[in-house]
Amino acid sequence: MSWDWRYAWEIVPALLTGLRTTLVATSLGFALALVVGLGWALLRRSGPPLLRLPATALALFVRGTPLLVQLFFLFYVLPGYGLTLSALATGVLGLGLHFGAYLSEVFRAGIESVPRAQWEAAGALSYTRRRTWTAVVLPQTVRHVLPGLGNYLISMFKDSALLSIITVTELVFAARSAAGQTFRYLEPVTMTGAIFFLVSYPTSLGVRALQSRLDLAS
Amino acid sequence: MEELLPAVPITLWVTGASAVLATVLALGAGALRLSSSRAVRALSGAYVEVFRGTSALVQVFWFFFVLPLFGLSLTPDQAGIAALSLNIGAYGAEVVRGSILAVPRIQWEAAVALNMTAWQRLRRVVVPQALPLMIPQAGNLAVSLLKATSLLSLVTISELTSRAQAIRERTGNEAAVYGALLLMYFILSLGIGGVASGLERRASRHLPKLRSGRKPTPLELPA
Repeated sequence: MSWDWRYAWEIVPALLTGLRTTLVATSLGFALALVVGLGWALLRRSGPPLLRLPATALALFVRGTPLLVQLFFLFYVLPGYGLTLSALATGVLGLGLHFGAYLSEVFRAGIESVPRAQWEAAGALSYTRRRTWTAVVLPQTVRHVLPGLGNYLISMFKDSALLSIITVTELVFAARSAAGQTFRYLEPVTMTGAIFFLVSYPTSLGVRALQSRLDLAS
Repeated sequence: MEELLPAVPITLWVTGASAVLATVLALGAGALRLSSSRAVRALSGAYVEVFRGTSALVQVFWFFFVLPLFGLSLTPDQAGIAALSLNIGAYGAEVVRGSILAVPRIQWEAAVALNMTAWQRLRRVVVPQALPLMIPQAGNLAVSLLKATSLLSLVTISELTSRAQAIRERTGNEAAVYGALLLMYFILSLGIGGVASGLERRASRHLPKLRSGRKPTPLELPA
């Protein structure tokens, strides 16, 4: 079996269309994960005491189980409760919840990195609770959490490949349907790997650069 | 739930076999990334970046669908184990590299000053200090590996997830089947986490309290 450049060139448009869906799913999923993650971190830190333990346990559970199975669960079980979402929406929800659990750890560490004195200073200025968070604490966590967020963004981009299994027509789905038509696997699968690499590797270099820049500033 | 149990040994076997191979790869590639030879560094770096830069699912598909085209026909189990160990091994190599670099330089110099051989330096100075840093991260990777074995259900290996799929198709009871499956993975993850923290305590029993702030950032992988 040898590499067929002509065939490879033919499937590029299909793969790029798939990549677009991958990027859409990743962006929406990450936006959701940011909201979920921050909310989860705040809930675990200063939510109602009765909710703190379940929130922590749930985060542990989500991180301890495979994303693939979580996607199956959402895809097959939600419609049974009358919640019928499109495949893409289900995938975005799955990515958002799964990575939200990881991001809540990032945010938690970021919040804990803010020195105690900052809280006390906000108290001394009799800032309200809300103002303490939004004007003092959260802005200072940004530097701490950015590299972690970047790394999880890259992870999510790669894991969004799993959405192909619940019929989202993203990059891997496009590659598999191309392969299914021609029974040629070499080009589609290899090129899919190459596309993932071409997006994620430069991004990871960017995250690394950001990290050393932020370290330098401290 | 009971119906899933027969597949647990298969998932554990695939996880264990891949974990052993991944450890070997991680130690090898991690050490080679610190080699003095530029070519060796570039080669091990390429391995690490390629496997960290692409999706695990794509790697599994590649080993399953593409390798046979080159005349290298592996059984599904072999292809799956190879793909997962190479994937996790690449992440592990970064853990090994980071942990070795986290051992203060002065420790190496002290070992040289004491006229230790290269082997003694590693065995008595570097490894005892790097190991406690590696183990928690290795534990996280082992959980990632366990979770990644669910991908093998997509290439005809009859581990937990694919058994659950079969039961779902037979009974149509999605909520119960997937709920039980999630629970099963969670129990196994907790088990791996428990083993890892036990090992960590054991590995650090001879050390004074770890200098805080020297730990490399923990590398926890989703999915």
